[in-house]
Amino acid sequence: MNLTIAANINSFLAALVLLTAFGMLVQRRMYGLIHLFAWQGLFLSVSTAIVGFVAGKHHLYISSLLTLSLKVVLLPYILHVLIYRLRIQKEVDTVVNVPLTMLIGIALVIFSYHLTAPVRELSTLVTRSTLAVALATVMIGLLMMITRRHAVTQIIGFLAMENGLFFAATSATYGMPLVVELGVALDILIAAFIFGIFFFHIHTTFDSLDVEKMARLKESD
Amino acid sequence: MMLLTLLCVPLFAAIILAFVGDRRYAPEINIAGSAGTFAAGLGLAFEVYLYGPTLAGNKFFFVDAFNVYLAVLTSFVSMTTAVFSRRYMRREREHGRVGSIRMRFYHAMFQVFIFAMLLCLLTNNVGVLWIAMELATLSTVLLVSLYRTPTAIEAAWKYFILCGVGIAQALFGTVLLYFAAEKVLGEGGEALLWTNLSLVSDRLEPTVLSLAFVFLMVGYGTKVGLVPLHNWLPDAHSEGPTPISAVLSGLLLNVALYALVRCKVLVDGATKTHHAGDIMMGFGLLSIIVAAFSLLRQKDIKRMFSYSSIEHMGIATFAFGLGGPIATFGGLLHMLVHSLAKSAIFFTVGHASQMHRTQDMEKIKGLIRGNPLVGWGLMLGVMAIAGMPPFGVFTSEFLILTATIKDAPLLTPFLLLGLVVAFAALFRRVQPMVSGEIPENQKPMTVAHLPVLLHMVLVLLIGLYMPEFLNQWFHTAVDLLK
Amino acid sequence: MNIYPLLIEMVQVLILLSVAPAFVGWVRVLKCWSQGRSSAGIFQPYRDLSKLFSKDVVLAENASWIFRFTPYLVFGTAVLAGGIIPILSTDLPLAATADIIVLVALFAIARFFTALAGMDIGTAFGGMGSSREMTIASLAEPAMLMAIFTMSLASRSTSLSQMAQAVLSGQPVLRPSVAFALLAFILIALAETGRIPVDNPATHLELTMIHEAMILEYSGRHLALIEWASMMKLFLFSALGIAAFAPWGISQSDDLLPVFAAFLFMAVKLGVAGVCLVLIETGLAKMRLFRLTEFLGSAFLLATLGMLSYFILE
Repeated sequence: MNLTIAANINSFLAALVLLTAFGMLVQRRMYGLIHLFAWQGLFLSVSTAIVGFVAGKHHLYISSLLTLSLKVVLLPYILHVLIYRLRIQKEVDTVVNVPLTMLIGIALVIFSYHLTAPVRELSTLVTRSTLAVALATVMIGLLMMITRRHAVTQIIGFLAMENGLFFAATSATYGMPLVVELGVALDILIAAFIFGIFFFHIHTTFDSLDVEKMARLKESD
Repeated sequence: MMLLTLLCVPLFAAIILAFVGDRRYAPEINIAGSAGTFAAGLGLAFEVYLYGPTLAGNKFFFVDAFNVYLAVLTSFVSMTTAVFSRRYMRREREHGRVGSIRMRFYHAMFQVFIFAMLLCLLTNNVGVLWIAMELATLSTVLLVSLYRTPTAIEAAWKYFILCGVGIAQALFGTVLLYFAAEKVLGEGGEALLWTNLSLVSDRLEPTVLSLAFVFLMVGYGTKVGLVPLHNWLPDAHSEGPTPISAVLSGLLLNVALYALVRCKVLVDGATKTHHAGDIMMGFGLLSIIVAAFSLLRQKDIKRMFSYSSIEHMGIATFAFGLGGPIATFGGLLHMLVHSLAKSAIFFTVGHASQMHRTQDMEKIKGLIRGNPLVGWGLMLGVMAIAGMPPFGVFTSEFLILTATIKDAPLLTPFLLLGLVVAFAALFRRVQPMVSGEIPENQKPMTVAHLPVLLHMVLVLLIGLYMPEFLNQWFHTAVDLLK
Repeated sequence: MNIYPLLIEMVQVLILLSVAPAFVGWVRVLKCWSQGRSSAGIFQPYRDLSKLFSKDVVLAENASWIFRFTPYLVFGTAVLAGGIIPILSTDLPLAATADIIVLVALFAIARFFTALAGMDIGTAFGGMGSSREMTIASLAEPAMLMAIFTMSLASRSTSLSQMAQAVLSGQPVLRPSVAFALLAFILIALAETGRIPVDNPATHLELTMIHEAMILEYSGRHLALIEWASMMKLFLFSALGIAAFAPWGISQSDDLLPVFAAFLFMAVKLGVAGVCLVLIETGLAKMRLFRLTEFLGSAFLLATLGMLSYFILE
């Protein structure tokens, strides 16, 4: 494959990743969120595979497969099952002022562009331009966790952040060493089980997954 | 060889305890496992003492004076905590706060947690360091929510989310670090090995590394509990079972700080400025002051001592940020004595709150009359942690203060202010708790003597007389961190 | 001076005038098919227009000159816009003097006067329609400009002809910025031309209508002109989209054959555009008015992302 075409496709996929990140920021319905998350994982996985092919780094195929199985299939499935079991499909998450959140998101994109500028100049890789997008995805995931006070959306924001980090690793360095990638994947898997357990605990204790209700631990005066 | 034992013992213990953790003899297995770990840790330290820094396991592990001392400390405190936990958890079980499945889970996760911390300390790979740190978080999250009370679940959720977010920033920092390293060392796992990185640190790209350090600082700083990233810490430390509070406060914070200091060494090598140190000093000082004033407002006993942990981590971070041989020496010593004193305090606090069935300081009274060991242990522990001579904390704080007066005299008043306020706040609260008549709600109980005594004696000894080998040890570590 | 470009310009305006009703008819036919109804045929809009032209104008007592003047102005701006957008050829005399920002301003003038006329009579519906229309406009216009700036960044010009030429002469590449701008443009075009999910062109239900509410008092040839202008607006937005994002087929010279081919291409592309429009309209339900800020907000977001990704990714 031609190098410029690959870079082109890759930056297009980066744009799609960013778009899904923004989509998650404003999506109201639970299932919609999970689907967007799965799409983001898919774009990520395809992008990783393309980079692996162009750069001839075969360990990237493994991380691509790992992403595919973990973030496109397994995690969305787990979330689906949890939402179904806990019957929280209708628990609509009120987003505070969507346009404002969007503007903050845009500001974060500009900020990450500014922040990664020195790295971008130093890099010689095909993928270097996508680093800003990766950081922006991390930041938007963070924003999502702050603005949305629901346990499930917070977790999806967390996982979206992880996606951004993974993307950063492929775009800045053609992927971290395999040991590290496997370890990170294992950690995410464990985290998935833990939040699954947590959802049940929170649901039985607070009768809802609204994090706002968890406000007993405040500084007492 | 010793190294492998050190890592495998807790892992095996975890596997065994996952099956038999609810039996009568499970606490003994727990203690045996931790004692084995401690023995292996001592053996490893001896090896390092004799032969100097070593690489092992295909360069995957690396042991030098800095991390082996923390590894020994970790295994020691986890052993004494296991001893304490035997009495404590038995009592909790009698009160019906935990069932048999949760006991199994508790014991297994305790060992996994120790394994994760040791892996964190001993690994040579900066990426694996991150993974182990995340594993340490994950293994304790469900321990914090062990009692399943609404507040415990809330605290654990906060811990999970905030630390998850924080540690994610550290991963981004690690990616940037790898990006810079790859240019010099080439691709592959070699470029993330700390030993390789520290050799070429002066050739790493300074702009990238200073950017990376910001992310690493935020990431690992969250785990250290530095203000303003500390929000999870008082909750997590106060809502979990007390043995867990003891190891979280006494050990996990140290390990996170260790990761931060390792990264700082690399960044300093690359940027050749005091940039990273300045950031650490800022965070450290802010933590000291904010934590000191928060101490004044606390009502919950475990919460108060969690704030004290934030304060002391602030002091250590400040010391490492300041740099220079005296401050670094003070910082290393402070990590050691704080972790011994703080875990001893948590042991006594755990018993005190069990005796009164509450963590509200207003309702805890007459500890010295009720149980002299708990009462005096708490009193002396607070004296130690507040920095009264002749305890070890005084020595370390004195060293750090001296270095501050010399290198950054303008910051001395702030540091002193924090120390004095913390001192006053602690004594204001502790005085009524230990003195006075035995109140009606106090029930007598058998307590674990050994851990408290052992820790207090050690802290006192270090304050009175620093053994030569320890002194030499710290000097080697100081050289490493230059 | 070469007379050909001028001639093509005139042909283009004629095409605009004559084809726009047919395009609207085509969309209606498709919509009827998709809903399983029998349609009135592609040429029904012509019959509607001629019917309106033959009727008398009924004016309200207190109608001012604004009310009488607006239909001609709206019609005039639409015709003028037809001279700017390269529909058949990129070599247009008007396109050289007026760029895409002028185009936006032309649409804004038309909207401004329509809103004024809506309020002129003093009926409740007119005022309500005007206020709603201006709300949408205030959100849609920044987004529109953002999308346009993104496109002009990519082609380094604000002239529509040169934008089309840049796309025609460049390599066919996937550009994220252009894709974002296209998405934003589609959302804005739906809002500007008053289609579902923003407005429903077929409704006169008092609670939901926006554009229809403003022109409720018009009759006879005034109404005919306004209706015709809004048909042209739909046509123009489709043509604008085609010129900016898919200009393949538009002639770059003045020869007869390419221009004729461009006409055929235009017909095919408009047909496809109609299908897309109907798919969108059947797929979506009309939004509540308060949700529109989010709808247009996302258009703005997409346009801004397009611009950012031009800097970040290209």
